[in-house]
Amino acid sequence: MKHILKILVNNHPGVMSHVSGLFTRRSYNIDSIAVGVTQDPEISNMVIVVKGDDSVVEQVKRQLLKLPDVIDVEDLAYHDCISRELVLVVVKVEDSNRTEIISICEVFQAKIADLTKTTMTVEFSGNTRQVEHFMEMMQKYGIQEIARTGQIALKYRSN
Amino acid sequence: MPKTEAKISGARLMVELLEEYGVDIVFGYPGGAILPFYDELYKSTKIKHILVRHEQGAIHMAEGYARSTGKLGVCIATSGPGATNLVTGLTDAKLDSVPILAITGQVATNAIGTDAFQEADIYGITIPITKYNALIKSADDIARHFQEATLVALGGRPGPVLLDFPKDVQTELTSVRKVDKLKIDSRHYQKPPIGGDLDSFAAALNKAKRPLLYVGGGAINANASKEIRELAEKGNIPVTTTLMGIGAFPGTHQLSVGMLGMHGTAYANKAVLECDYILNLGARFDDRVAKPGEFAENAIRAHIDIDTAEFNKRVSVDYLLHGDLKEVLKALIPKVNKVDRPDWVGFLDTLKKNHPLEFDDSSDTIKPQGFLQKLYEKSKGKAIVSTDVGQHQMWAAQYYLFEEANRWLTSGGLGTMGYGLPAAIGAKFGNPDKTVICVSGDGSIQMNIQELATIAMYKKGVKILIFNNNFLGMVRQWQELFYEERFSESEWNYNPDFVKLGEAYSIKGLRISNKSEIDKALEFFLEDEDARILEVMIPAEEKVFPMIPAGKSQKDMIEFSDTVRAGKK
Ligand SMILES: Cc1ncc(C[n+]2csc(CCOP(=O)(O)OP(=O)(O)O)c2C)c(N)n1
Repeated sequence: MKHILKILVNNHPGVMSHVSGLFTRRSYNIDSIAVGVTQDPEISNMVIVVKGDDSVVEQVKRQLLKLPDVIDVEDLAYHDCISRELVLVVVKVEDSNRTEIISICEVFQAKIADLTKTTMTVEFSGNTRQVEHFMEMMQKYGIQEIARTGQIALKYRSN
Repeated sequence: MPKTEAKISGARLMVELLEEYGVDIVFGYPGGAILPFYDELYKSTKIKHILVRHEQGAIHMAEGYARSTGKLGVCIATSGPGATNLVTGLTDAKLDSVPILAITGQVATNAIGTDAFQEADIYGITIPITKYNALIKSADDIARHFQEATLVALGGRPGPVLLDFPKDVQTELTSVRKVDKLKIDSRHYQKPPIGGDLDSFAAALNKAKRPLLYVGGGAINANASKEIRELAEKGNIPVTTTLMGIGAFPGTHQLSVGMLGMHGTAYANKAVLECDYILNLGARFDDRVAKPGEFAENAIRAHIDIDTAEFNKRVSVDYLLHGDLKEVLKALIPKVNKVDRPDWVGFLDTLKKNHPLEFDDSSDTIKPQGFLQKLYEKSKGKAIVSTDVGQHQMWAAQYYLFEEANRWLTSGGLGTMGYGLPAAIGAKFGNPDKTVICVSGDGSIQMNIQELATIAMYKKGVKILIFNNNFLGMVRQWQELFYEERFSESEWNYNPDFVKLGEAYSIKGLRISNKSEIDKALEFFLEDEDARILEVMIPAEEKVFPMIPAGKSQKDMIEFSDTVRAGKK
């Protein structure tokens, strides 16, 4: 089961080690981790995506809340949050398939960020499923390099 | 932050904050990176500094002091090697929830991260073994970090904190000595409100026919002995304690069934098998006590703890209450029925009679169990007892009974050999009027034996009992029982002459090896207030029973009588 943990922490050095250390201790593999400052410059928002059974994630959550620098932890259910991930992907292009790739990008609303005679760098953002789907489409042209940000997420509001 | 007073150095401020906080004793060892702080300590008339011989000694002394007094224990070390020598003690304090403030020197801020002389990233190293730690970057931050650290160390479930203090921050001037805003949330230091449903919790307890209280170290931290006794007596509920919970309930009480777990009493472990309801009070279902899936499997399991991360961690529970144990019990007791349980209590009395702690006392050699029984009688159960780790620790836990909390100092979670002697010294500093006895083995004592110098220098009357079997006894026991007697590196035929070693420090000593010498030896040991070393030669084959083999459950317990029957006692 996949869990998206939204963790509010004090924004100062070392906090990341404190948090990730808890996962390491349980030899827990973090799928992705993304950190950014919030509207309050003193507070950062960390989004950590992990696979694991509910009871273990619940344990980690309680351990996290014991860290003085952790302000709040929320386990966001996949279906009630908006999640996004940004990916930059470099694919090989030839004259023969350039327009084909461009039209796929159009369908996905992906941006072409750079273009050379032999490569195209595409920028795409979406939820994990969309990103996976897009990468699958690009696979066939030969992926040369990838950079992914990891997921960020927010809960849907009710009004 | 309000700037109210004249500027003083960071080091001066730290000393003043310690004084204002009421710290009157610190244990430490100087070095280059902490010299400005030591210079200010030198001028302090309120704080007594105890100079140790190894920083590990300093932190275990602080632990012994904290455990036996209930106050914050403070230790000081320099940067690099001084700081890394605290690592074992910090881990020990984390696992046993001991409130410790460690102050370490650090290289100057502009040298941090450059592999400077005597630099270690002690902040990074101690992240997983402290409750809170900080690298102080500016003298203006000292007041806040100090307040946060002390609040966190003592708040909620207590634990160790570390402040890393760069040399230039110690000399930097500041006028910030009051904190207007803490960064940490109040949940880390305020008592939490009671969480959970008291009524259904009490109802389940009231329905139980054969309930059992399982009391851990948290009960001692919460100072809940009185409430536990009230609950036990009101409901006639027998009580077993963990190694860390010893003393939270009087060991001589009729309802006491002693310690449970790997080397617990047979009757405590059988009580766990027979009970229909088990109430965990501030214990953590440690693996030396509880096997997941098999621990009290037929019983309803309930748990009260201040640390929510302990709920359902290893063993699933049916009912739980979150909060300060003392407060929760105060709220719970009025809802608990007054019941006599003649059948259940009588059943346990029979168990006690039929499955007592046993050992073979037929030879002239000294048996540690019998010796400890005598020691208990002679000291009237009033001493503070610290131990190291091994067989002697378990025998002491089994045979020395405690009426009160904070008299039993042992490294439960980490099992740190070398804890006993410095912990005893720390306890003696905190309790000058009490008899403090360190029970150790010939292996363990040598792990921090240099602290004999601290005893001698400060004339502290710590009593040191060494059970000498010329073996790492507990290792030998496992090798005998589970490794077909291949005693790989557990035997040594070289020990120093402990009595002479004591004499080198002006500590009087005596060695005995025959049962007939016990009475006189105990007299010598306890006759006055001076430090003593008593070396007791014991047979290497002596084992700790009962025993539940590692990873097994209460059902697999081996008793002394089982080994007699099998012809290999
Ligand atoms: C620092 C440390 N190293 C190793 C161990 C593993 N260990 C546990 S008990 C024990 C033997 C202790 O021997 P001794 O102190 O002579 O006590 P005895 O068991 O003989 O009473 C050892 C080596 C430990 N607990 N701590």
